[in-house]
Amino acid sequence: MNRLEIDIGLKRFAPVDRADEQIALKDVRLGVPSGAFVCVVGPSGCGKTTLLNIVAGLDRAFDGRIDYGDNQVRPRIGYVFQEPRLLPWRTAGENIELVLSHTGRDSGIVDELLAATGLEKARHVYTNRLSLGMSRRVALARAFAVEPELLLMDEPFVSLDEATARQLRLLLLDIWRARPTTVLFVTHDLREAIALADRIVILSPSPGSVLAEVPVDLPRDRRGDEAAIDAFRETLLRRQEAAFEGVD
Amino acid sequence: MKSSIWIQLASVALLLVLWHAAALAADSAFLPGPPAVFAALIHDIGTGELPYHVGVTLARVAVSFVIAMLIGTAVGFLMGRVKPLDRFFDSWLILFLNVPALVTIILAYVWFGLIEAAAVGAVALNKIPIVVVNVREGARALDRSYLEMADVFQLDPWRVLRHVVLPQLYPFLVAAARSGLALIWKIVLVVELLGRGNGVGFQLYLFFQLFDVTHILAYTIAFIIIIQVLELAILQPLERRATRWRL
Repeated sequence: MNRLEIDIGLKRFAPVDRADEQIALKDVRLGVPSGAFVCVVGPSGCGKTTLLNIVAGLDRAFDGRIDYGDNQVRPRIGYVFQEPRLLPWRTAGENIELVLSHTGRDSGIVDELLAATGLEKARHVYTNRLSLGMSRRVALARAFAVEPELLLMDEPFVSLDEATARQLRLLLLDIWRARPTTVLFVTHDLREAIALADRIVILSPSPGSVLAEVPVDLPRDRRGDEAAIDAFRETLLRRQEAAFEGVD
Repeated sequence: MKSSIWIQLASVALLLVLWHAAALAADSAFLPGPPAVFAALIHDIGTGELPYHVGVTLARVAVSFVIAMLIGTAVGFLMGRVKPLDRFFDSWLILFLNVPALVTIILAYVWFGLIEAAAVGAVALNKIPIVVVNVREGARALDRSYLEMADVFQLDPWRVLRHVVLPQLYPFLVAAARSGLALIWKIVLVVELLGRGNGVGFQLYLFFQLFDVTHILAYTIAFIIIIQVLELAILQPLERRATRWRL
């Protein structure tokens, strides 16, 4: 996939019952270079999930366009949803196999990904018997199984204890290095974004619009260093505040 | 598990004892006891007459069951997923749900003649609305998040149906099949009584004219046993297989 261009003029949700019409996103324009790891951060309810759903093609009712490059053909997309969305009547292995095309099924990619995510023993276990951390690993493996040209991740490590979340972040980076792809990763956690991203896009509170785009110039081998992350976070917060004031 | 089997056996034994006592007390040809009824049952199995009529009836049950499940599932699924269709046909559904089975049967015979297709069709038609209601409920309850997952990963329609939709519909299909079987075999007997020359319903009608209560009871028992076997041998294992993933 070439550069992904997101251009959302306006995304609103029709009024439901007595609630007013809601504007979820306004003037969200960003380009995601091929192979980049971009994190979108913003407060809860600022339209981050809506943004991903639009990019995924799940939500087509908006003003604007998504340009995937390459003659506008929708690329192969892997999506890690906020809840793992694994089918409970299929085992971990079967959930991954389900998304493979017929041609891909014999390629051994399922074995490779199960090994990479430490799930060999869970392969034949129904997914409703797995812990949340394990389920998230399966969801991660499933998303990589389609060999995505674009990987969308919606707070995939939320509501895990910090140790598990950290482990999964490292795992994600390992797999991503072995299977490079463009990543759009949504989170409300700045530290998580700094630990992962090449570039951070900061969204404003609802309706979400782009406040700032910040390249993360922290070398990748220092991303495990809490002090370095904290220092970068401080600069980022200052920029965020400045951007907020600019909006006012 | 073991003790529950003994309880059930004791319960059946008690029923037989009560029946036997009542027959002794009545001392009438219109209330034969278990020995006479089981003797008649074994005799009619021996002559091949009972197996033949039961076989014919079961074939009608099977055909109308399959027709009703196929049509009912398709219509129910569409109504559950397409709101305008649901609103439009809902009143039809209520109408068909409330038509007495006997009326459908009589009309089918009057309009199409005393033929096999009319008999089986009338039975299926009685059952279809109930399948529709069950499956519509299931189709409405389909989890949207799984459908979105299937959409993003671009699963082909066949795989979505087989692996994402059907497993969610399964409890509703089983409920429809269960209540369906119980209803259908009762209606098939009426259809046979009114317009067929064979089958358990036809035989019951003959015995009724002869006031032959012994044979009426013998055929009834044969039929109850067979329906129970179908439930234990087919429906329950199917259900267990499809729900083994549950915690």
